[in-house]
Amino acid sequence: MDDNTLSLFAGIGALLLLASLIGRLLKWRAGPGPHAVIDNLNARINAWWVMVLVIGIAFIFGKYGVIVLFYCVSFYALREFMTLTPTRRSDYPALAAAFYLALPVQYLLIASDWYGLFSIFIPVYLFLLLPILASLGGDTTRFLERASKVQWGLMIAVYCVSAVPALMTLEIPGYEGRNLLLIAWLIMVVQLSDVLQYVCGKLFGKRKVAPNLSPSKTLEGLLGGVALATLIGALLCWITPFNFWQAALMALTVNAMGFFGGLVMSAIKRDRGVKDWGHMIEGHGGMLDRIDSVCFAAPVFFHFVRYWWA
Amino acid sequence: MFADLTAFAITSAARLITGARALWLGCTPQPVQRLYYANHSSHGDFVLLWASLPAELRKHARPVAGADYWCKPGIREFLIRKVFNGVLIDRQRGEPGDNPLQPVLDALGQGDSLIFFPEGTRNLGEEQLLPFKSGLFHLAAANPQIELVPVWIANLNRVMPKGRALPLPLLCTLSFGEPLHAAADESKPAFLERAREALLNLAPKDA
Repeated sequence: MDDNTLSLFAGIGALLLLASLIGRLLKWRAGPGPHAVIDNLNARINAWWVMVLVIGIAFIFGKYGVIVLFYCVSFYALREFMTLTPTRRSDYPALAAAFYLALPVQYLLIASDWYGLFSIFIPVYLFLLLPILASLGGDTTRFLERASKVQWGLMIAVYCVSAVPALMTLEIPGYEGRNLLLIAWLIMVVQLSDVLQYVCGKLFGKRKVAPNLSPSKTLEGLLGGVALATLIGALLCWITPFNFWQAALMALTVNAMGFFGGLVMSAIKRDRGVKDWGHMIEGHGGMLDRIDSVCFAAPVFFHFVRYWWA
Repeated sequence: MFADLTAFAITSAARLITGARALWLGCTPQPVQRLYYANHSSHGDFVLLWASLPAELRKHARPVAGADYWCKPGIREFLIRKVFNGVLIDRQRGEPGDNPLQPVLDALGQGDSLIFFPEGTRNLGEEQLLPFKSGLFHLAAANPQIELVPVWIANLNRVMPKGRALPLPLLCTLSFGEPLHAAADESKPAFLERAREALLNLAPKDA
């Protein structure tokens, strides 16, 4: 890790320390006994410590550490997605192909820098292979719905997530050897946007922005969170290949994508009648609850950077 | 020793593959004598239920299994006898006078808890739950003091569909419901229907 990475993690650590102190203070002021919002806040902050630690450890191992980390993220996300979307017995071959073929191959392709294939492997080859496998089972009940469930699960949980480690494969002139920082910037801006939307919503939230999809999202939270996260993204331009305004526009783009990603994933959850994708991360819900915004932001970010900078 | 290690390996693997989550909705995991009865769609059912019990309950929870499947010399017999400490019943009734449930009644008499699948066989069809065989009624009527705990095992039929060797790593949940007892004057069909309803109530609504 270079000095920039270290100071970045030191900054994140200081931020978390501050958050933990505020969380303790709120808990102390609210008095003993359970308090749903504050307890959930503290659970979320504690989980953030663990997540930052895990990402930090992955960063120590560089490119391959990040690939292994996001392989695991994809695996847990895919398992949550496929668990919540019911399929039928004859979908077994398609599901097995998703878990045991598509997932490892996608990450192997990224590890071997094969852009030409990893960018189309799932949207072209798997998109066609999965319904072929499903059709061999001879079961036509809700066929289109079942086929699209597996396709969507792979797109969201594997293809979109894998765009984050794919940033390691980009060769950006003048930015050699620092691609890890680009990943750190993306994750930090998108996740800070989530956190700040939550905080602004809790503090100033009045008007619901999508009452049917996600009742906790408010207009005040959305505007405040996105504006603040965009500002932070711009101020962090020194760790990116962007200048201040480029960083601001990029941050705005990924924050907007992240917000809509959260909406789409909420719509799927509501349709399935659940509040959270899983129970893996205390206070946050499942893996997919934590990364829904990254899923939608990462591929767009990857291709923007590749088109204009690499 | 070797059996303990095998048990540890199996429970760890079951939890790792299925992410098994036990939801104690109608009761708490207490070390009292119980008969856990569950839906049966896969050979993995009792392993998962057994693995999801806390260790001190697991020691006294014995799965009831069909002798025809498990009594093959070798690994199966080692597993069922030494690792799971199963109670084997002969589903192909031998002598007309024999009570195939006798080993199960004996185990209950010793104070053991049991894991029991009242459908009698694996449910491989479209229906959520098959009609119950009468075994559960006879056990409940003979042991009215024992808590009968319904346990719905969700998703395991997708993890290990029939005839597939490779399990899918989907998440499973086990919902433990409120204990019930057979009432003194309850008829067999009425009791079996009540027990079946209690189990079905734990199933996810639109699976």
